[in-house]
Amino acid sequence: MSLSTQRDRPAAARRDTSVGAHGPRRRSRLGLALSTGKYASLIAASVVMLLPLAAILLTAFKNDKEVAAGNPLSLPHNPFNLRNFETAFSDGHMLQALFNTAFILVFSVAGTVLIGSMAAYAIDRFQFRLKKLVVAMFLVATLVPSVTTQVATFQVVNNLGLFDTRWAPVALFMGTDIIAIYIFLQFIRGIPTSLDEAARLDGASSLRIYWTVILPLLRPAIATVVIVKGVAVYNDFYTPFLYMPSENLGTISTSLFRFKGPFGAHWEDISAGAVLVIVPTLLIFLFLQRFIYNGFTSGATK
Amino acid sequence: MIDERSAAWAADRRPRYGPARLTDPTGNRRRRWTALLMPRLTPWLFLAVPLAFLITFTFVPVVNLIYYSFTNWDGFSPDKQWIGTKNYTELFERPELFHVFYVSLYYMAASLVQMALALYFATILSFNTRFRNLFKGILFFPYLINGVAIGFVFLYFFQPDGVLDHVVRAFGSHSRHLWLGDPNLANWSLASVSVWRYMGLNFVLFLGAIQSIPGELYEAAELDGANRWHQFRHLIAPGIRPILGLSLILAISGSLAVFEIPFIMTGGAGDTKTFVIQTIKLAFNFNKVGLASASAVVLLVLILIITWIQRALLPSDKVDLV
Repeated sequence: MSLSTQRDRPAAARRDTSVGAHGPRRRSRLGLALSTGKYASLIAASVVMLLPLAAILLTAFKNDKEVAAGNPLSLPHNPFNLRNFETAFSDGHMLQALFNTAFILVFSVAGTVLIGSMAAYAIDRFQFRLKKLVVAMFLVATLVPSVTTQVATFQVVNNLGLFDTRWAPVALFMGTDIIAIYIFLQFIRGIPTSLDEAARLDGASSLRIYWTVILPLLRPAIATVVIVKGVAVYNDFYTPFLYMPSENLGTISTSLFRFKGPFGAHWEDISAGAVLVIVPTLLIFLFLQRFIYNGFTSGATK
Repeated sequence: MIDERSAAWAADRRPRYGPARLTDPTGNRRRRWTALLMPRLTPWLFLAVPLAFLITFTFVPVVNLIYYSFTNWDGFSPDKQWIGTKNYTELFERPELFHVFYVSLYYMAASLVQMALALYFATILSFNTRFRNLFKGILFFPYLINGVAIGFVFLYFFQPDGVLDHVVRAFGSHSRHLWLGDPNLANWSLASVSVWRYMGLNFVLFLGAIQSIPGELYEAAELDGANRWHQFRHLIAPGIRPILGLSLILAISGSLAVFEIPFIMTGGAGDTKTFVIQTIKLAFNFNKVGLASASAVVLLVLILIITWIQRALLPSDKVDLV
């Protein structure tokens, strides 16, 4: 729930020095075999994980003749060849895509945080009639995977006049995130109600308490929601594909998807496009590793 | 930000302004009104927007979906004709529409492999390991990558004479496979991409659960002479059972709702069409919104049944909100 650091178990460090019931000699030989197997499997898994990405990365620096020549795992002749990236960036309309994605990202993440925390505040801090019903409604909604209802959601979006605007994904991302409410609800329970009461004695209205007391204290939960939601929005293909077919409304995902047609078999350009899309994710991951692990752990289990 | 002094000041303030209010009868009445109404109204002010979104984008679509599924609506014409359960009978009578369930079996099998691998790596990385964070990062990172990028990465990977063929050749086999074109191979190839993509999430969840087992338990187990297998069997396995169950259910319902990877890589051609691809195509390419809705309702009911089984098998206190 919180973003506290995970520390290593002290036992983990101590266990290799311990002597088991089988005596030292047998143990060490078995231990060696086990640890060789362990590292072999880890290295094999790493190769499986990285090889497909490495092939794309290498290809992104090659020219079309090198790609046609065959071996996809050969090193590019000129490792500083950035021509494909230029082509992918300009002909793939990546700047426009970046803007559209950023627009959707900012509004839907901010909206999710506000909506989720407001709902959590109302549910946790107030007693009111129909509370059970409201909670049940949010609960039932978690059971409905949004992918199944798109046929009908499409009509709703269309009737609201949102179809083929950037607001369609924003509204959908804001409206269908029950997980965020869960995360906020878990967290808001840990905030002592005495803080609310003191502020109320101070003459603060409920809105003021929510804005100046609750919301700032929810910061760790907000970080979790921002990370989980941000990754989901940046990577989502389904929603912009269905709701924003216009050329100039491409997001990172849909613009990259459109590489398939015009670039045909130009794998050097497609690879460069894919690398352009992956690199921001990699940078965010490298800088925010700890938050990301914790965010996904709490996002998925709460 | 809120100290006792200001609270005292607030308490002190009330009587001072009190008499002034009493002299103003209209203000008094209004104040009584709001005093009566506001506590009841306040939670609804906070809930109005969340509920509006919830109803508009979840409940209205579900109700409409069920309604559409009994009509022959094409998606744009003003009249919807009620045709009863005809869509449902069509769905169950046309074998090619039912084939998509068969396809999801590949992804279910893959998700079992995915869980097993995730469990294995989570277990070995929970013990002291060199380059632990590096391995953890490598195993998890694919989960964060954009789905379209993953689709292209693996389109290239599976190409004839592509990366995979080169690797297979390096191991001495000279056969050239159509990894995505051969109907016997295509679904396996696509399902393995899904393992590649989602294994990291399961792995990190399992690792988190294993690491939340108190270290003293391992020490105690070692004093009792427990080896690694014993530790796994009696400490780790029970400790991660809840998250294991949850992940399994999510993996199964997820394999019914596969869309991105096959849609991007093969366009759902031939035998690789999944439930969601078929539904989208029926609704938006063939204008059979009624039939598509019926198919979506079937999927929804299936997922609800699976979730219900999960709730029944793994009663969890995480479910209740209040």
